[in-house]
Amino acid sequence: MAKEISVDISRVGTEAGQTETAANRTRNTCPRCDSHYREEEMVTNLRVCPHCGYHFPVTARERIVQLTDEGSWSEIARELHSADALEFVDTRPYPERLQAAEQQTGLNDAMLVGSAEIGGLPVALAVMDFTFLGGSMGSVVGEKVFRAAELAIERRMPLVTVSASGGARMQEGVLALMQMAKTVAAVDELREADRPYISVLAHPTTGGVAASFAALGDVVIAEPGALLSFSGPRVVRQTTREDVPDDFGLAESNFRHGHIDLIVPRPELRDMVARLAWLLAGGNPYRRPTLIPDLGAQRAMGRILGGARRRITDMLPDRDGA
Amino acid sequence: MTAPERPRRFLRRRGGDGDAWHAVELARHQDRPYTLDYLARFCDDFVELHGDRAEGDDPAIVAGLGSFRGQTVAFVGHQKGRDLKQRAYRNFGMPRPEGYRKAMRVFELAGRLGFPVVTLIDTPGAYPGVGAEQRGQSGAIARSQLLLMGLNVPVVACVIGEGSSGGALAIGVADRVLMQQHTIYTVISPEGCAAILWKDAGEAKRAATALRPTAPACLALGVIDQIVPEPGGGAHRDHAKAADMLGDAIAAELEFLDTLPPLERRRLRRQKFERMGAFIE
Repeated sequence: MAKEISVDISRVGTEAGQTETAANRTRNTCPRCDSHYREEEMVTNLRVCPHCGYHFPVTARERIVQLTDEGSWSEIARELHSADALEFVDTRPYPERLQAAEQQTGLNDAMLVGSAEIGGLPVALAVMDFTFLGGSMGSVVGEKVFRAAELAIERRMPLVTVSASGGARMQEGVLALMQMAKTVAAVDELREADRPYISVLAHPTTGGVAASFAALGDVVIAEPGALLSFSGPRVVRQTTREDVPDDFGLAESNFRHGHIDLIVPRPELRDMVARLAWLLAGGNPYRRPTLIPDLGAQRAMGRILGGARRRITDMLPDRDGA
Repeated sequence: MTAPERPRRFLRRRGGDGDAWHAVELARHQDRPYTLDYLARFCDDFVELHGDRAEGDDPAIVAGLGSFRGQTVAFVGHQKGRDLKQRAYRNFGMPRPEGYRKAMRVFELAGRLGFPVVTLIDTPGAYPGVGAEQRGQSGAIARSQLLLMGLNVPVVACVIGEGSSGGALAIGVADRVLMQQHTIYTVISPEGCAAILWKDAGEAKRAATALRPTAPACLALGVIDQIVPEPGGGAHRDHAKAADMLGDAIAAELEFLDTLPPLERRRLRRQKFERMGAFIE
């Protein structure tokens, strides 16, 4: 399971006393090339470093804005909350951890599910959020995957999932483990109903999520540089004393070994998902809309923070100045 | 299952720190019978099949065909070793993707020829090695579950020692899931959990208590269907008796499952896993 999460996206600077500016300075500095960006630039660049191509993590809400057609997102199963069936206490009680995560992220759990259109095609969409307890999969994530699959079957849509997870949620014990089987059951239902399934893997997708629904897409797409493995590199090093290669578990290594279909940079992800969804639907090809490169960052930013569920490029003024 | 009241009350009643850790120690007892010990005792004939037809043969998983109480059954189980050499050979019961692919090959065969499948779970987890990852550990674990989920033949799984993490669940998707009395089923080893949540592997006993890995806890949580009794003191005290008790339990489950129509059985299996979890809406 989530033996390790070798990703450093701790929400540096959100502690009391630090200003929003200071927080952004740390979070928006590229760990690979040290370039620094304003928050508006990050949003318009889809949180990809324009200098070196590093893919910053994306929250579930922002991912939905990036991926779906303007105004098409409609959330389901929003009210699901984890029950603390084990009454789990480590250094803190589990309900306390949940509450802290809810306050920090504004989410009820580590996944949002609903329906949306991508390139004009309706899909059932499930998007994970790594900032909520490391994107760990407990009973709520399991149930949400299941409901997304049901929605896909009911409305005869493809299922698209975007994973970012350290694995199963330890605080839910063996029930968390069983969510792997539950999501696999959901995929089994999809297959029986002949519904296609596109699985997008973002950094990191490890442990129980990597070894259940996320691995079972009819097409599996990864973002560049994403860590995709069952065990993390630190666990491998500690347990086996093996020399762990630099590219261990990365998307590129997985591609070389034949475990994923495509590595798609984030700016091309929406179009690739749309093209595949259209092809899997068996009908007309996806027709790429004219994209507007001149991004009105300030406006896009305002819309996102204002909660408008829109795709960034769609909300910008026409290139011809309309 | 929403906000399960019954398990909560039950779990609250359970005793102190000793309970869970005692179960962990018994589940890992070096004299406990392993998969091959059971197969030798309750099969009239057993031929082990080897190799995943692609990469190699994984000694951490044993798979084959056995004659069990008058019918052919496909058996798949984790295998640990007893002495130092055997332990290393069996990789401490930690499978690589080849092991899961061998298992899948035998599941598929059983499905095609109509033999029931019985799996025996006893692993500290899937092997966390560089090569195992490169050869597709996650995909193998996911696909093994998917294959079991869709089989048209009866599937019975039993935890006979340690059932840890996805490495265990990979062969744990079944119509009926059993646990022997002194075994554990958990999302992560207590040591691994302690290292992450307490930042100290020495807190394993506390982690074991928090994880509720014992058979009664798993039964209360709705994760397993039945607890299989062991001889007094534990299965390691009397292998013959333990094998009889386990064999009887498996035979009874197979007999029951045989009465269900295949498609109905498959639908119920899926539904059973779809209902697992505890959340509030």
